Amino acid sequence: MIPELGHFALVAAGLIALIQCIVPLWGVYCRHSQWLAMGRSAAITQFLLVAFAFGALAWAFIAKDYSVRYVAEQSNSHLPLGYRISAVWGGHEGSLLLWAFILSIWTAGVALFSRSLPLILMARVLAVMGAVAAGFILFLLATSDPFARSLPYFPVDGQDLNPLLQDIGLIFHPPILYMGYVGFSVAFAFAIAGLLGGHLDAAWARWMRPWTLAAWGFLSLGIALGSWWAYSELGWGGWWFWDPVENASLMPWLAGTALIHSLAATEKRGVFKAWTVLLAIMAFSLSLLGTFLVRSGVLTSVHAFASDPTRGLFILGFLLIVIGGSLMLFALRANTLGGSARYGILSREMALLMNNVLLMTAASIVLLGTLYPLLADILNLGKISVGPPYFNALLVPLAEMILVLLGVGMVVRWKQHSWKTLAFTLWKPAVFAVFCGLIAPLWVQGDYGLRTSIVFLLVGWVFAVSVWDFISKIQMGKKGFWLGLKNLKFSYVGMLFAHLGFVVTVIGITMASLYSLEKDIRLAPGETFTEASYHIIFETAKTIQGPNYDAVQGVFQVYQGNEWVAQLHPEKRTYWVRQDQMTEAAIDAGWTRDIYIALGEPLDDHAWAVRIYIKPFVRWIWAGALLMALGAVCVVVDRRYRVLQNRELANHREVFHV
Amino acid sequence: MFRGLRSKILFLMPLMIFILLCFFLLKALNHDPYFLPSAQIGKAFPTFHLPSLKGEAPFFTRKDLLGHPALVNVWASWCPTCVAEHPMLIQLAQSGVTIYGINYRDDTQDALHYLAEHGNPFKKIVVDAKGSLGVDLGIYGTPETFVIDAEGHILYRHVGDITQSVWLNKLKPLLDQSKVAEQI
Repeated sequence: MIPELGHFALVAAGLIALIQCIVPLWGVYCRHSQWLAMGRSAAITQFLLVAFAFGALAWAFIAKDYSVRYVAEQSNSHLPLGYRISAVWGGHEGSLLLWAFILSIWTAGVALFSRSLPLILMARVLAVMGAVAAGFILFLLATSDPFARSLPYFPVDGQDLNPLLQDIGLIFHPPILYMGYVGFSVAFAFAIAGLLGGHLDAAWARWMRPWTLAAWGFLSLGIALGSWWAYSELGWGGWWFWDPVENASLMPWLAGTALIHSLAATEKRGVFKAWTVLLAIMAFSLSLLGTFLVRSGVLTSVHAFASDPTRGLFILGFLLIVIGGSLMLFALRANTLGGSARYGILSREMALLMNNVLLMTAASIVLLGTLYPLLADILNLGKISVGPPYFNALLVPLAEMILVLLGVGMVVRWKQHSWKTLAFTLWKPAVFAVFCGLIAPLWVQGDYGLRTSIVFLLVGWVFAVSVWDFISKIQMGKKGFWLGLKNLKFSYVGMLFAHLGFVVTVIGITMASLYSLEKDIRLAPGETFTEASYHIIFETAKTIQGPNYDAVQGVFQVYQGNEWVAQLHPEKRTYWVRQDQMTEAAIDAGWTRDIYIALGEPLDDHAWAVRIYIKPFVRWIWAGALLMALGAVCVVVDRRYRVLQNRELANHREVFHV
Repeated sequence: MFRGLRSKILFLMPLMIFILLCFFLLKALNHDPYFLPSAQIGKAFPTFHLPSLKGEAPFFTRKDLLGHPALVNVWASWCPTCVAEHPMLIQLAQSGVTIYGINYRDDTQDALHYLAEHGNPFKKIVVDAKGSLGVDLGIYGTPETFVIDAEGHILYRHVGDITQSVWLNKLKPLLDQSKVAEQI
């Protein structure tokens, strides 16, 4: 009964979303303020209904209702409760429902927290989001109903959740990633509302910024979680594979990063208006495109659980309407946005523009690499596969250019900066950077490589510029350190965090890629493996039983020099239902290195194939993403976005004649 | 005036690019990546001269794959789908199916690590580091599996991982057929 109620709630939510789209727009057309206000209540109602539908599906999982086909496909009675709940988004139908649920959360968030928005702008924003929600819920109901029953002959027990997905990382990864993906719908809705109204000013950019940054922060976190999951669960120590699905999440991140930068310029100086609108459309379009690529079965990958042409056709139609429609609107209205202030060659505007060019080039490279095999095949150019070498060769130099620019961009002034004063500000950090580039590779164990040297030079550069700028900002008021610190704006601190986060990630990627130690060895219980200063003793291998699997568990003692470091328990699991073998690696995590042990195949005479990794600084990859997300939080909570909103509201009232 | 026209064309660009992209995606939807152009079926497996992964012979050539009907699996250690497929290959190898591997555009050390961890279902493994054999075969991506007969004719090509149903419905019947043909 409850799944039927959930299904009904979803149908109702779709209808409400339609109302949320049509009525406020009609209200704008007739200047009818009560119809305008309906968007808000519709948004909240829609949220409650989708939340109920989502809860109903979760209930079916918790109650082990295997007459619901989706539950039977994704769950099993032995599955622990936590994984039974995360199994809700373990497959196609459920993850789409999660998508719709998160869209309704963002919609309700806009309805509740942007009360200071002019009524017309709010009505347009909610209408656009309602249109997206209506289309998505229709897609769910028409092609991928999660509540479908398999009556009268339903299975006694479920087919179990894919063991790869039975991991703590997979409980949090999809919801947070989707928070990012779907969060760009807010920026998209603001862009479309701006195009419809034809009134894009600093206030518009300021309203849009916190939402965009929040989505971007979630997306950064979501991508990092996915990478961490791949590292800890896939069992061979990699953290990024250039898999089409990973690329699908990276593209909106790159476009979103470009967007938050160009938004800053639009807010502060009123430049790049059309470009900002286009980026907002692109960030969300790439999120939708990612959904299309994953869900349509156009690209094959581990992540792509579903291959169904009707679903693909439906999403393509949806893309055509949403993206095509908004780009059409853009083509018609963009030239009316106007208003470009002048700026010199050496100015922050120019730096942000260059940043955008580099980021969008990176996004195009990823898009091309992801779609090229497909295009080549269709155009009969032969079947070609694009792998990590392509992406690494093109994206590493781009990332290095971004780092160079980043240092300049942080200190260069708006409008015009003189070369002389800039050189005066930057020479000390530059010296420090060269010093880093020369010294760092010596301190790193391993070969003195040119590549390491370049990366550390750039990392030192950005770090030094940040520190110098931070100190000069504190000293500016001449009120002493603590008062200076207190007077710093949250948005400035947020920017520092995000940029340092990027640097931290770059260090992690460089060190983990260039200096990892990887050994595959034959080891019997009682034997010791020695490498560098590490001694790793394989004590025993014993059989254990988990809640839904049997496993062989190895016991390893790790010593560095004579000091005991850790006891590690890698496992080789066999899950009961699917009879899948899973390698559960054991990791001793540390700030400067991870020790990663995985059990391979049992060999004869009790020995095992054992895989041992020592990965320097690999945690930094994800720590950097955390810093970036923290930076986003700092900007979102900045008082300026609330205080100024109220002041500008008065102006806007007149503009919109409400 | 002219400037206005130019900026209008400029603003129309994103829409044009998107429509082009949609056109391709539509083609891609109707295009089955698992479909093998029938012209290739029955053709001889391409000739090659490439090193072996395990080092049991200095080089393998096409002749090393002949003698029995077999599966030729194209894999790489960087390919997550290959990991998912691997237990199936192990199971097939244990049930007596001859499987040859082509290690495609991979690092030899990584490939050896991979086999040490996941087990080795392959009778022989050819190293195609530069993807030259892959080009001759028209590899779309990894994993791909070819069914060849004892004389080295390609009977079937499967793109993507081998699931139980692919094995039972497509690959096994072809292998059984050509085994019977061999005995006659």
